[in-house]
Amino acid sequence: MKQIKITINNKEILAEQGKTILEIAKENKIKIPTLCFHPDLKPGASCRICLVQIKGEKNFCTACSTEAREGMEIFTNTFEIEKARKINLELLFAQHKEECKDCVFEYNCKFLKLADKYDVKISRFADRKTKFPVYQFGPAIVFDSAKCIDCRNCVEICKQKESGFLDIEEKNGFFEVIPTKNKKIDCIYCGQCIIHCPVGAFEAVGEFEDIEKPLKAQNKFVVFQFAPAIRSSIGEEFGLEPGLVVTGKIVAAIRKLGANMVFDTSVGADFTTFEEAKEMIERHKTKKGLPIFSSCCPSWVKFIEFFHPEYIANLATTRSPQVILGGMIKTYLLKSKNINPKNIVVVSVMPCTSKKYEIQRSELKINGVKPVDYVLTTRELAYLLIKNKIDLKNIEPEQADNPFGEPSGAGVIYGASGGVAESVLRTVYEKITGQKLQDIEFREIRGEKGIKTASFKIKGEEIRIAVVDGIDNAKKVLNQIKENPNIYHCVEVMACPGGCIGGGGQPLPSDKKIRESRAKALYEIDKQKQIRAAHENPAVKEMYKKYLTDEKTIRKICHTRYYKKKREN
Amino acid sequence: MADDIIQKIKDSGLLGRGGAGFLAGLKWEVVKNSPTNERGKKYIVCNASEGEPDVFKDKFILENHLSEIINGIKIALDTFENSFAYIYLNKNYYKKLNRKIRKAIGNLPIALFEKPKGYIAGEETSVLEVIEGKRSEPRIKPPFPIQSGLWGCPTLINNVETFYHISKILKGEYKNTCFYCVSGKAKNPGVFELPETSTIEEILKETRNTPDFNFFLQVGGGASGEIILPDELNQKIKGLGSIIIFDKNKTDFFVLMKKWAEFFIQGNCDKCVPCREGVYRINEMLKTGQINKETLQDIFFVLEKTSFCALGRGAMSPFKTLITKLL
Repeated sequence: MKQIKITINNKEILAEQGKTILEIAKENKIKIPTLCFHPDLKPGASCRICLVQIKGEKNFCTACSTEAREGMEIFTNTFEIEKARKINLELLFAQHKEECKDCVFEYNCKFLKLADKYDVKISRFADRKTKFPVYQFGPAIVFDSAKCIDCRNCVEICKQKESGFLDIEEKNGFFEVIPTKNKKIDCIYCGQCIIHCPVGAFEAVGEFEDIEKPLKAQNKFVVFQFAPAIRSSIGEEFGLEPGLVVTGKIVAAIRKLGANMVFDTSVGADFTTFEEAKEMIERHKTKKGLPIFSSCCPSWVKFIEFFHPEYIANLATTRSPQVILGGMIKTYLLKSKNINPKNIVVVSVMPCTSKKYEIQRSELKINGVKPVDYVLTTRELAYLLIKNKIDLKNIEPEQADNPFGEPSGAGVIYGASGGVAESVLRTVYEKITGQKLQDIEFREIRGEKGIKTASFKIKGEEIRIAVVDGIDNAKKVLNQIKENPNIYHCVEVMACPGGCIGGGGQPLPSDKKIRESRAKALYEIDKQKQIRAAHENPAVKEMYKKYLTDEKTIRKICHTRYYKKKREN
Repeated sequence: MADDIIQKIKDSGLLGRGGAGFLAGLKWEVVKNSPTNERGKKYIVCNASEGEPDVFKDKFILENHLSEIINGIKIALDTFENSFAYIYLNKNYYKKLNRKIRKAIGNLPIALFEKPKGYIAGEETSVLEVIEGKRSEPRIKPPFPIQSGLWGCPTLINNVETFYHISKILKGEYKNTCFYCVSGKAKNPGVFELPETSTIEEILKETRNTPDFNFFLQVGGGASGEIILPDELNQKIKGLGSIIIFDKNKTDFFVLMKKWAEFFIQGNCDKCVPCREGVYRINEMLKTGQINKETLQDIFFVLEKTSFCALGRGAMSPFKTLITKLL
């Protein structure tokens, strides 16, 4: 790699050629403020805050988009630069309606911190957008366009990685972000718009208003469950490093909130694995419905139902972990505890906005009852704890409740892209061969790589697998399947980058580096577990002995149907 | 042969006539020497998007010297191996002239492209986005179009007038002239070919347009051009060859500034903060008549220093010069 010599604020720096000024400054611990820059996206350079002065250049450059060149003399904090940042911030605030108490960035707002630092008069200009509309996308996402600073990160991420639902339209001489008018496109509720918005113009539905609802209900038996992916991320909301595992602390904190029981959705994942493995073996035998598509990501399911209903038969009918677990809580557990079905409330804490949509699917009802009543995102649980002055950081860890408190390692890795496929493979292998896997780790399908493919031999038969994160990559794989229907036997898709650890309900900020730390932590938990395959989990074994004993009950609790969908937004 | 052509253009000292005034020969040389990508092509764009209000010199050249323009593009096609050209026309010109131009093109590998509305769609990197089928927004530079333009291939973007002169250079007929458009309260409005060394005073005199009333000028474009007073005429035009004459006693400065502000609000891409919000704030102040000079100076400062593209950087010039010189 060729090296170049530059100076930043008169400090000589040797840097790799091809890097931007922002990257080099960061590596050398020189702070350049940014707002619209997000490491997942190519620089849009629209907010004009990361300005720098380069000797010999008449105008200022944006550090995010300017490649450093040999001999550049760069200044990051001259009087003029700071003045320009201040004025641009004032212009940005002029289009942003402040609702700081109701904002995903309440505790960590970069925008406000910049205002403080540059002595910005937030109200120098009257808000331009006060009367701008609020849009709601399904039961999942709210977009308050009066807060939008027009950086278009949301449009970019939605177009590049997801369904392309967000668009730009000209209104009264301004190009505004709007939901697309193209009837052939719909929102899949992944929430990546929330993750990539620098100023909190997007949030989950009920992100602030409804979080206390489940706990305020009088005389209710409140059961919480929490997803695999939140144990290595929620700590970030309390100032802990990404990837720090706080499973026991989550349990203790939720109990302190007043929940009657706390379960681990990873145990639900073990049931999903068990059923999906059965489906896979069955489909492999009958050669019907192949390749089998994973179905625990509701955004991916919605994508198939709306955009590609011709592949509905390929989706595994197995329900997602939270839904299976919710179903068992509301049937089996309720009976064993002798609780009136009307008096039980199930709350899931998910890294996901789409799960809010999933629980509203009416075909999931069991005897007319929804398996899960509320979904809180990781962020929402954190707010709830902070609001109730529960300090997750310092709370003594506790064990989750039985019988759904102790997952296998397989159930935990569900939170990372490749985790579902790996879990299912562990079980499929042992079911088909009757032997224990020598090496239980399927490393080829781990990591955030867009599309990962691998083939494994099980009893002489080849099983070809594709693991995908991002709908853009899913489209590519669907095209491959269209060309060659036999190319894969099994396809796992998660809509969010890196899988659920990069979900739309996760703490902010969230970028590739952070996601990698969160995922690594889940694989570390798996490594430490005695039991690493779903079918070996005693909770699973017991339930198949005691409750999931006949096909009818299994179908009712563990399987679902899918439908061709009309546009919902 | 290609090197000869480029040498001739370089020797002529021709500057691009789209307003930025870059050395044409140098641009051609970089396009010639830049490696192409897997598409294996190089592209040529003749920019006929002429979007500044009251400027119509490119239209005049298209109507009166079409064969020279086509010949200029043909020279580019001959210079760059495996190249293809577009003539990028503003809507009105397209409507009026597309048949005539198609006829003049004949079998040459040149396609016409109709520019969408919005002034920004004429900015050179926005032109590339539009031809690629994207929204008209400027690109981050570098890479410059001459290295990586249309679909990542080296792309020569020259103004209509530039191609006219290229043709003249290769025929040995180039006389270092420039086209000047004189309009507004002009006695003798029109487009005139005069030596490029002409001062504003000389242009007015040569074209019999020297006003006999109390006047001021907007020079370099009907929106982003700067205000020039009668005692500042002894200088060459910077930017586009355009002079608009105003009767100082009969012009409402606020109406004029509102016209500019409205033009930029409609014509910009809204991508960057200073241009989107700054121009809007200027317009608001003009609408309410409550001009805060300090705020205006602040907005001019960020427009000039921090805008994403040349449109934003130039947008403050008319306001700033009008306010300092006339108010």
